[in-house]
Amino acid sequence: MKMSAFDRVLLLITVFLSAYQIVIGIDDLSTAPIIAYTIAFGVLLVAGLLLIILGFDVLESPIVVIVSTIIPLTLSLGLVWEHLTFYRTGYLIFILIGFAAVTLTRSITMQNKLPIITIAIVHGIAGITIFALPIILSMQGAMKPAFALVGIGGALIGIGGLLLSFFKAGKPILSREMILRIFPSLLLLMTICFITGFKFG
Amino acid sequence: MTVQSSIINRKSKIKLYWPLIKSTQTGLLLATGIAGYLSAGTRIGLLTLLGMSISLFLAISGSTILNMWYDRDIDAKMKRTHKRSAASGELDHKEVFGVGIAVSILGIGWAISIAPFYGLVVFAGWFFDVVIYTLWLKRRTAWSIVWGGISGAMPILAGRVLAIGHIDLVGVLLALAILFWIPTHTLTFSIKFREDYANAGVPTFPSTYSDTFTRATIAISSMLAALAIGWASVLIGISAGYLRLIAVLTAGLLLLAFATFRVESERVNFGLFKYASLYMLSSMIILAMKAF
Repeated sequence: MKMSAFDRVLLLITVFLSAYQIVIGIDDLSTAPIIAYTIAFGVLLVAGLLLIILGFDVLESPIVVIVSTIIPLTLSLGLVWEHLTFYRTGYLIFILIGFAAVTLTRSITMQNKLPIITIAIVHGIAGITIFALPIILSMQGAMKPAFALVGIGGALIGIGGLLLSFFKAGKPILSREMILRIFPSLLLLMTICFITGFKFG
Repeated sequence: MTVQSSIINRKSKIKLYWPLIKSTQTGLLLATGIAGYLSAGTRIGLLTLLGMSISLFLAISGSTILNMWYDRDIDAKMKRTHKRSAASGELDHKEVFGVGIAVSILGIGWAISIAPFYGLVVFAGWFFDVVIYTLWLKRRTAWSIVWGGISGAMPILAGRVLAIGHIDLVGVLLALAILFWIPTHTLTFSIKFREDYANAGVPTFPSTYSDTFTRATIAISSMLAALAIGWASVLIGISAGYLRLIAVLTAGLLLLAFATFRVESERVNFGLFKYASLYMLSSMIILAMKAF
């Protein structure tokens, strides 16, 4: 499916917003969250650029599932590092093992359901962390109400991840055309939620 | 001849000459010159900046027009370039030569009048492009692109020299970044338009060596360009936020360079070519931020 000019504009805005977040949005944080968020928004930025340059065909690449895992993993790591101090080390180990497991199960040809189970567990835990943690922190008053937008962004990234994973597994929830039609808007909306949540939360 | 027909005639001449300066390429090289000047973080002299921009534009345009004049015979044999006004015969080749020389003299002369050392660097870029690359090496060896690259690296060095008055390590690194970026551009074209180059008898990396060697060269030169930009950025002292952004953009470039090396795909090659151009433009904008 050919990418429309409107889709390219949406992706370009996503790229600029991600660049803004990398340059300015995370300046006040400590080193580990800065690295984690830089990787998350960096993947978003480069993915946006590659989509603009190479078109939707780039989503056919087997590497997409691995790369798209990086965003929720690093975003959730940043959140845990900042707000759940006690779980830092444990979560970092989970991230490293989870990413290695996704990479391994996607690199070797397997006939069983291990690749899907692996990605479901890793994406699931990271996704729930990004979705629930900001909302809980906002409700508890530990963070401003706007921080809940990060959770909304987490929900959107979860939807995007699910659509892509099932699409890549050959069992699409929506038609290919529909997924591609909403994908740039979903990416932009998700990025806006994250940036607004971090800025005003 | 009426005044109206004279204006129409002049307009159509400009229309024919405009493609001869390769406006996108010239614009990008001009952007590198401006970035080189601003990267020094010295007080910006608006008149100096304007003079530098015009003199660089003229010198680069002059050398490109002379390149088009000399290569009109091989351009005429290539599908991609046979419609260029110098190759198609729409413009008289003596006139093209005259305009090329005049624009070059104007650009280099203006550059020397602004600052002699800056003018010398601008002249070096013109000399490497017109004499060493175009007249001497382009039809003899595939390695001529190195000299084309050195020539392309001169505008950024010139901009830096104009700002600080001498050549420093940052200037050399910025020049190296452009030198290593240019093969991504030229070698991708030499793969995509291999038949054109073969018809014209121009030696290229794919025809002299192999596609694998060419792709490896593209990948390695992209990595070296990224390394040079990264090093220069640290030495320039740009903020941590912009350093992070350069690191992210560099990671994307390295990923594509690796993909180009691993996967034999024209689409990926062209993707790297486009990304590398965006990368260089973004890097130039980031380096220029130093001035503000």
